[in-house]
Amino acid sequence: MKRVIRPVVNGAVREVLVDPRQTLMEVLRDGLLLTGTKEGCSNGNCGACTVHLNGGPVVSCLVLAMEADGAEVVTVEGLAQGPRLTPLQQAFIEHGAFECGFCTSGMVMIASALLARNPHPTEAEVRRAIAGNLCRCTGYDKIVRATLAVGER
Amino acid sequence: MVTRTYLGKPVPKVDALAKVTGAAQYGADFTLPGMLYARMLLSPHAHARIKRLDVSKALALEGALAVVTGDDVPPPPPPGVPEEPSGQSLSMGDLRKLVLAKGRVMFQGHCVAAVAAVTTEVAEQAVSLIEVEYEPLPAVFDPEEAMRPGAVLLHPDLFTSGLGGKATTPSNVATHLELGRGDVAKGFAQADVVVERSFRTQRVHQGYIEPDSETAMVYPDGRIVVWATTQGTFALRDQIAPLLKVPKGNIKIIPMEVGGAFGAKSYARYSPVIILLSKKSGRPVRLTLGRDQVLRDKGAPATVSTVKVGVKRDGTITAIQAKFIFSAGAYPGSPLAGGAMAGLGPYKTPNLKVDAYDVVTNLHRIEAYRAPGAPQANFAIECTMDEVAEKLGIDPLEFRSRNLVQEGDLMPNDTPFNRVGYREVLERVKSHPAWASPLGGPNRGRGLAVGFWRGGAGGQYSCTLMVNGDGSFSLLVGTVDLSGTRTGLAQMVAEEFSVPVEAVWLDTADTGEIAYTDESSGSRVTYAMSIALQQAVQDVMGQLKERAAAKLKVSAQDIEYRERKFSAKGAPDRAVTLQELATESVRGAGSIMGHGSTTRMQPAPVFAAHVADVEMDPETGRARLLRFTSFQDVGFAVNPPMVEATMQGGASQGIGWALSEEVMFDEKGGVRNPNLLDYRIPTAMDLPMLGTEIIEVPASGGPYGVRGTGEAPIVPPLAAVANAVTHATGVRVRELPLSPERVFWAKRQAGGSQPR
Repeated sequence: MKRVIRPVVNGAVREVLVDPRQTLMEVLRDGLLLTGTKEGCSNGNCGACTVHLNGGPVVSCLVLAMEADGAEVVTVEGLAQGPRLTPLQQAFIEHGAFECGFCTSGMVMIASALLARNPHPTEAEVRRAIAGNLCRCTGYDKIVRATLAVGER
Repeated sequence: MVTRTYLGKPVPKVDALAKVTGAAQYGADFTLPGMLYARMLLSPHAHARIKRLDVSKALALEGALAVVTGDDVPPPPPPGVPEEPSGQSLSMGDLRKLVLAKGRVMFQGHCVAAVAAVTTEVAEQAVSLIEVEYEPLPAVFDPEEAMRPGAVLLHPDLFTSGLGGKATTPSNVATHLELGRGDVAKGFAQADVVVERSFRTQRVHQGYIEPDSETAMVYPDGRIVVWATTQGTFALRDQIAPLLKVPKGNIKIIPMEVGGAFGAKSYARYSPVIILLSKKSGRPVRLTLGRDQVLRDKGAPATVSTVKVGVKRDGTITAIQAKFIFSAGAYPGSPLAGGAMAGLGPYKTPNLKVDAYDVVTNLHRIEAYRAPGAPQANFAIECTMDEVAEKLGIDPLEFRSRNLVQEGDLMPNDTPFNRVGYREVLERVKSHPAWASPLGGPNRGRGLAVGFWRGGAGGQYSCTLMVNGDGSFSLLVGTVDLSGTRTGLAQMVAEEFSVPVEAVWLDTADTGEIAYTDESSGSRVTYAMSIALQQAVQDVMGQLKERAAAKLKVSAQDIEYRERKFSAKGAPDRAVTLQELATESVRGAGSIMGHGSTTRMQPAPVFAAHVADVEMDPETGRARLLRFTSFQDVGFAVNPPMVEATMQGGASQGIGWALSEEVMFDEKGGVRNPNLLDYRIPTAMDLPMLGTEIIEVPASGGPYGVRGTGEAPIVPPLAAVANAVTHATGVRVRELPLSPERVFWAKRQAGGSQPR
């Protein structure tokens, strides 16, 4: 039975009619056209669809859309304030922390979540935090450095 | 020394903002009105005859608007009329059979039919309603078994081609490549030590994170548009056209951002299917593969290799003989030459013999993967060379230095090397702490491997450079950007015209907007495009100088360009600015546009050396990577951080190949691990920081001395890691991946020898 849910997405209340079997990822991408959230595997293995749900990181392909009713959802599109990027987005650019960019949305989301709860992480903490987010282009080196650089500020 | 403002500098990527904000559009990131979703019915058998195929129930399902099968694919040309060349390792005839099976399925996962429906759920349901009756046929999966006389034959019309011409009886060996010089028997007779070893590698997958995704629309007048995540827009177009019997000019390919390809997104594997579905339904059709299907398709070939090396006591190589068997899957096209060239390229030897075999089996068909064939061949060569060095008691780096190739020496195909930076690479390794520092703990080992990629030869690449009315530039390129090539090209324009990088707007053209351009592959884009761009720059500069000359009343040869100003030689006050000429160009003086197109570039060979430190768990045999450093001659690093990232990415893929990656097949040819948990690519926790040492020995060709950086970084890691594991454990495992089980049992077999 379809139902209307009202998540707060990137600061604005949205109304979406969803099917109980739909995932948050599908609703974000297909319903709200927030395609910055990427689909890489749909079973939680790659992390490309990572978003923040009520302040914590989730792989949105493993969250049913219904669970997001009334919840606060932040996607990669909701990080920057207008043209003002977050320090982490800026650091990703400065360090060249991506090549193809497909994992970048999820990486930025998972690393922002880490920095929010642990503003000065060690390398091991960064690696542990992003271990569920796969990158095939960079070998993670510059992603880890960009995240550490924000923590060192 | 030329001073440069933008080239060689860490300029932020031109696509950076779009990528950190989620704005970049990949294959599945847009929607067309009325778009349908495609799903495929895949064969559950490795080899079977299709006795009955009934799609009527699927078509009757509400919301399922079209179904296609092999019968919808136009037939091959009549006997006597040759197929159009595909331009790829997969022939057009085989591509036709691969896209949609007709009469016979050749591997598990072979597409039997496809449905387009209003949602993916309806499409899936419709697929489940398709009725197929198969008659299973015997199948063969192991390449050595497939080579034996009496083996199950996959293609009755496949005859081995080789030096001796074409065989007269059908075989599963599509090609037997032979390379060599001198007399290896004589060479081995002159040797003091001869080492012969055999190796195996398994099928691995390119592992791109973006699943293949394409959208097609066939308009009522027959024009076709495909939005594709592809490495080559023209490659796609020029395969679709003969396959579907459509004029090339009627097809437009619009490139989307590519979320990783590594060689595997160069074929029209899926577009013909969705074009046929769009034609039948009159609606746009999108196919995005599920991760499961991604991992059950493509990949790089498994190999069986034997290497024999003869050496003198002083370390001089007298002969090398190598045999490489590549397992292509159901249709031929293994990277034999790439493997043989890259594996043997670094060694100087008077006597050489290489036999390489392209073998078909009832597994899904391989596709190119970064330095195709090279990592597998290199693994066998570099592990053997380490064993040779150890037998002689010579340091592995010293052994390689004594046999290195230099400019003028012959490649395995007997063409001479032009300028290379191999010696410089090895010298940097020698003095670097990655090689020279102590290991610092028990159960540790250090491994070295060198690698080579021929680099940049062949291909045809085009660009168009336009001057805008405000003095900024628009550059249209035919090459898809996989790794940052747009940024490098924007830097070149910025440098040549002394304008900021932001004043260069760069677009990847679709097939209707630019002249023919080959796909982005083979470490070619930056190198080839630097040559094409140079022509376009000279073209535009020439036109601007003509106009400046007319205004300043001097001849064009007497015009100098500096800091956005054209002035008469010796009279800097008589000048006209780029801005003025640009403005006039859109106010009646006529627009300014330059074109560049390159072809037949000479190779820009790339040498690399990798050093790996591992620590072994003495109980489990698990290798942990402690340190990894890549040394590479990149010719000239247009954008050093981008070059580093490319080196690190290749190293990481090679490390995964060495330690954890394997597409596992069951006894019926099905993939056992088609997900990213069980197909184990390295995670952030599996890797240390990845050291990079950029060496710059300018290439002989091209305006800046650039060498392509993409392929070489994946070549040495397999052997570098394997040599480190051997150094740490004292045992040699000659089969990849070096899983804890393999290392554990190898140690057990070796009599529980204590780790060093």
